[in-house]
Amino acid sequence: MNMRLSLGMGFILLVLPCSLLVAFTHYPAARAFLNSLWNNGSSRRPSRFVGLENYEALLEDDKLVQVLFNSGLYALGTIPLAIILAISMALLVNSKLPATGLMRLSFFLPTMLPMVAVANIWMFFYAPGIGLSSQILNAFGLPSINWLGDTDTALLSMMIVAVWKEAGLFMIFYLAALQAIPTNLKDAARLEGAGSVRVFFDVVLPLLRPTTIFVAVNALINAFRLVDHVVVMTSGGPNNASALLLYYIYEVTFGFRDFAYGATLTVLMVVLLGILAAFQFWVLDRKAHYQ
Amino acid sequence: MSGGLNRIAFGTVAFVLAAVWGLPFLYSVWTAFHPEKYSANFQWDAPLTLMNFVEAWQAAPFALYFLNTLILITVVLVANLILCTLVAYAFVRYRFRWAGLLFSLVMVQLLISPEILIVENYLTLSQLGLIDTIIGIALPYLTSAFGIFLLRQTFMTVPKSLDEAAQIEGAGAWRVLWTVYVPLARPVYLAYGLVSISFHWNNFLWPLIVTNSPEVRPVTVGLSVFATVDSGVEWSLVNAATLMTTAPLIIAFLIFQRQFVANFMRAGIK
Repeated sequence: MNMRLSLGMGFILLVLPCSLLVAFTHYPAARAFLNSLWNNGSSRRPSRFVGLENYEALLEDDKLVQVLFNSGLYALGTIPLAIILAISMALLVNSKLPATGLMRLSFFLPTMLPMVAVANIWMFFYAPGIGLSSQILNAFGLPSINWLGDTDTALLSMMIVAVWKEAGLFMIFYLAALQAIPTNLKDAARLEGAGSVRVFFDVVLPLLRPTTIFVAVNALINAFRLVDHVVVMTSGGPNNASALLLYYIYEVTFGFRDFAYGATLTVLMVVLLGILAAFQFWVLDRKAHYQ
Repeated sequence: MSGGLNRIAFGTVAFVLAAVWGLPFLYSVWTAFHPEKYSANFQWDAPLTLMNFVEAWQAAPFALYFLNTLILITVVLVANLILCTLVAYAFVRYRFRWAGLLFSLVMVQLLISPEILIVENYLTLSQLGLIDTIIGIALPYLTSAFGIFLLRQTFMTVPKSLDEAAQIEGAGAWRVLWTVYVPLARPVYLAYGLVSISFHWNNFLWPLIVTNSPEVRPVTVGLSVFATVDSGVEWSLVNAATLMTTAPLIIAFLIFQRQFVANFMRAGIK
């Protein structure tokens, strides 16, 4: 409508609501940077300005290297797998097979559950001896695996849980995209003699690209900000094998009470997310030129 | 074409995937409804029981946890609906300096969400004296960039002529908002409401940090405390508690499945 905004209206419509947003998004991000330049104070010793000392500690932190490696592996392992599974699920649910309603329920249910509940369900599933995974392995004469207690499998176990929880949500987005594809495009391809595999890869998949970009962006942000399962199932262990970046921030700040180093790690997280976002915008931009 | 064979192969894949996907949850359900000694021991004629639910309910103050979650999601939802509407209305209907810049600043929250700013937000809350309160859990989430974005997109599709017609009839800014914009965005409000409720019902890390006492704990935090401490890892009780705390969401989903999926789609596609 392009009406002029009066001062009073501007105050009610913008300043009041946005000040809440600024107070818990921009202000803490800026203050994290300021606090990262001070050391951690205690009741006896007030904190003092230390410049970049915390950042030097960051560079020498072996645990951080492992945590970043874990986070990268976690993102690279879960996002493509969840997307491939989500597309498969959407194709199955969208097909003319019987019982698609039941399938959709099975795929989507984990998405509805809180991550804490999912973590409990999987903790039981993984539990050596009593859990279903052990029982299945034993039934085939294989020894049980201590999924959460072994440094080799702890991170993998977290990744399985994340894929289980997230794929169903992404399936919904793909389902919407599949249903929006005009059938005459597929019919035309079939008329030209394309088999169903060809139709999928040459017609359907390119049309799903915008959805894939949207899902990938969401999945990436989620990979960084959802660590409830790590808190509940492993506490980052054993030997930091399953610690992710946000979990490390949580542990440093609220476990070791080192708020200064927690602030420094927060700055690292914000910068990392900023770089990833810039990269994705660049990818999106290129895609936009193609269309 | 080998359509029949393809169909069988396709059907098998579908069945296996759906079964594997459902297995962890079904195993949890099985254990919750059977006595402890059957929890890892399949017998089709094992006696069903509700005792696990009764015991779990009595072992921890779940009624209180539910009440806290209910208060939390209500506060957040009401604030979200009102505040996001105001901001979206300002961006769509008015022209003002720095509008583009301000909008991108708001959108920053999509990326740098309150979940990753736990350290500084905790300090802010403790300065405000709001640690261990429900309002403290809700505070960082009262304005949501996602909600503002969604409503702005919707308000932009409202025909100008409707707005102008209302003005000619003498409606002021608030009346136009209430009688023209809000009614036309009703499906989006529903979609956003569902997303907001399920997000805050499920939220865990921030409430875990902010709360210390059972009086303010939401259900997710209560469940994790129960699963680690109170039950001594008695799996049938843990599984019963897990199902119990998620039952409202699951039942709501089963009832509203069609609308739910449709709304999730709408919220996602933009």
